[in-house]
Amino acid sequence: MDLLAQADTAVDGLKALGAGLGYGLAAIGPGVGIGLVVGNAITAMARQPESAGMVRTTMFLGIAFTEALALIGFVVFILLNFT
Amino acid sequence: MSSDRDERSPERDLAFDMARRSLWVFPAWVVASGFIWGMGGALSAALGYALVIGNLAAAAALMAWGARTSPVALMGATLGGFIARLAVLAGIVLAVAQLEFFEPVPIAITIVASHLGLLVWEIRYVSLRLAAPGLDLPRPGKEQK
Repeated sequence: MDLLAQADTAVDGLKALGAGLGYGLAAIGPGVGIGLVVGNAITAMARQPESAGMVRTTMFLGIAFTEALALIGFVVFILLNFT
Repeated sequence: MSSDRDERSPERDLAFDMARRSLWVFPAWVVASGFIWGMGGALSAALGYALVIGNLAAAAALMAWGARTSPVALMGATLGGFIARLAVLAGIVLAVAQLEFFEPVPIAITIVASHLGLLVWEIRYVSLRLAAPGLDLPRPGKEQK
């Protein structure tokens, strides 16, 4: 019985560890992606300031789509921690 | 870094458009969540919706400020804002999870579906606007630049 309780605790601990690691790892890719998007958008705006509005529109949407990956990691974190 | 369009702040326009469009779908989803998961499900779906809209609005406000200020500020506001927003989202959910009504499944579905759904919905209009700028009608109360 004691062994079962210990196994339950270990499973809970591993779930929490997986949730935290998953959320952190899921944020790395979007972080790199957002850096690339913003860097290239700044280059485009510096080269063609008159197209800044269009570049910012595309940049915002690109960032929001990239961020969806981090949000999926966040959702996995929620599901692992609270279900 | 400044141009005629900067004053319009396209990020804020996009975030406002997405929030406005979501008002058509959001009440139906909250009611459906209420039927499936009970009152807790409806409240959790509403919280997920508020998190997504708040996240988009915060991103838009930070980027608009950064674009007005300087390229360095834009980079800093975007990347720093990304980390800060993820931390705030996690903090809010961890705090709310202690409450009685919290249901993880509806909030999870709402966050992913509303974020991606609103982006796909918005991109239909943006792609038309970028392909044919002449069709970009002025907003009520604002003159076309």
